[in-house]
Amino acid sequence: MDWDAVALSVRLASATTLVLLVGAVPLAAWLAFSRRRWTVLVEAVVALPLVLPPTVLGFYLLVALGEGSPVGRWWSETTGSPLVFTFNGLLVASVLHSLPFAVQPLMASFAGVDRRLLEASWILGRSQAATVLRVVLPLSRPGLVTAAVLSFAHTIGEFGVVLMVGGNIPGRTRTVAISVYDSVQSFDYATAARTSVLLLLFSLVVLVATYALNRRGGPAWPRP
Amino acid sequence: MAPTLSLRLRHQVLDVDLSLPLEADAPVTVLFGPSGAGKTTLLRCVAGLDAPAPPARVVLDGEVWNEGRRRVNARRRGIGYLFQDHALFPHMGVDANVAYGLTGLPRAERRARTAQALADAGVAHLAGRATRGLSGGEAQRVALARALAVRPRLLLLDEPLSALDAPTRTGLRAGLRAVLASSGTPTLLVTHDRAEALALGDRLVVLVDGRVHQQGPVQEVFSRPATPEVARAVGTENVLSGRVESRAGGLVRVGVAAGALVAPDPGGLVPGGRVLACVRAEDVALETEAARAASPRNRVAATVTAIVPEGPLERVELDAGFPLTAYVTRTSRHELGLVPGSRVRAVVKAAAVHLIPRT
Repeated sequence: MDWDAVALSVRLASATTLVLLVGAVPLAAWLAFSRRRWTVLVEAVVALPLVLPPTVLGFYLLVALGEGSPVGRWWSETTGSPLVFTFNGLLVASVLHSLPFAVQPLMASFAGVDRRLLEASWILGRSQAATVLRVVLPLSRPGLVTAAVLSFAHTIGEFGVVLMVGGNIPGRTRTVAISVYDSVQSFDYATAARTSVLLLLFSLVVLVATYALNRRGGPAWPRP
Repeated sequence: MAPTLSLRLRHQVLDVDLSLPLEADAPVTVLFGPSGAGKTTLLRCVAGLDAPAPPARVVLDGEVWNEGRRRVNARRRGIGYLFQDHALFPHMGVDANVAYGLTGLPRAERRARTAQALADAGVAHLAGRATRGLSGGEAQRVALARALAVRPRLLLLDEPLSALDAPTRTGLRAGLRAVLASSGTPTLLVTHDRAEALALGDRLVVLVDGRVHQQGPVQEVFSRPATPEVARAVGTENVLSGRVESRAGGLVRVGVAAGALVAPDPGGLVPGGRVLACVRAEDVALETEAARAASPRNRVAATVTAIVPEGPLERVELDAGFPLTAYVTRTSRHELGLVPGSRVRAVVKAAAVHLIPRT
């Protein structure tokens, strides 16, 4: 098995989850509070990776982060290394690709917080940001856990976007999902099977753990 | 001149022009009316939680909170708000809840103010407790402490006792009145409960269908409804203030302006304590001087001052040393020969006298 690929995937998924938790909370809070009409546009853009083919998203990112784009040029001038076909490029791509998996559970959780508690916080003189930190987030723990787990798991399993933006460079951008594809391409079915079982078990354990955590309050509906 | 809260709101059902004096020695204004009258909406507009449709104007003591589309954020208004279901933060303990609004203070002062607020609300013993195990009454007191801890300029209470069961409610009423009176914070309190209005309020504003129909001292509004709508909303009730003279055998003797009334003992009264004696106008019977005394009931001599027809009934205004209102049928008015100036006796069964302790 390609342990380099496993290590890289875990590193990428951890970094993506960290970035998403810091970035998605204010975004989800803004979406939950906003009264502006064009909020739906932002919501739709955030959800795009759910329906867009990963190759399409990957293609646009490749163009947007490449040396031909202002972003790519600025990055390589500042840091001395390009964005595409590197870990940092993968990180940007993964964050955008997993954004809906972080934002949507958070928004659902935020919406479930009793609005009276938010109003009580404002009346006691706290700003919206302080209210989110001290009231909304502590009461949205299931949403936070779900967001983190889904972001992590989704990044581990991602294939198309990573392949488009990162290519397939062993030890640098070859993630675990790509290594399965590689093994099959070279007719090494035994390695592909071992890696696949590992991914299958990992995904199952993660999902069971998440649902178990969120179900601690008992069933959602009573039995008639 | 006392500071005032003035409102002009045309928002949803509300169509209100109102100016309320805010006095420290008579701090509680009760906003009374049937459900759907717009009471909570009015409270939320004052708090800044709802944005009233323009043209709207909310001014507290010369400070403009709302004018047209311009609106001061709720968090900058310096108010206290007690929600119907108390809205305590469930993930925080009692102390953290009360200290929540005390930002920018040194830790020692925060702690001192929290303890003081809990003591003022009469729940010092709840310090250190979690919020989850609190009873409804305790939660209400903690929420009150949280609202008072920030020393608000105006306290808004939305049906403060409605989330509690009936026996708890009666017990907490007197305590709530004591807390509000001793804090002296100008208070606007919403209720649809007559006993609550009488027990807690200094002034009463009657809101029906989004409009203010009458405002004035509580007793006056209850005893002298200005319009049929008010009479329907509050029920015409004679509210007499008096002092407990004696208690015996489950009955209380209450001294009122021109005599004494006997009423069932509601409990919790002390001799010499202030009470309000309430008698519905329907429960006041009239008889002429000629009739003999029959049973040991409450009876006072009175002079008819006015007779106002109200549907099938006639409202008889009396002067018995204190103002008194009675309802009689047209037939009995003829039989009794009532005209303004008639001398009569007003009779009230003891059971029809409802006492509300009033600190």
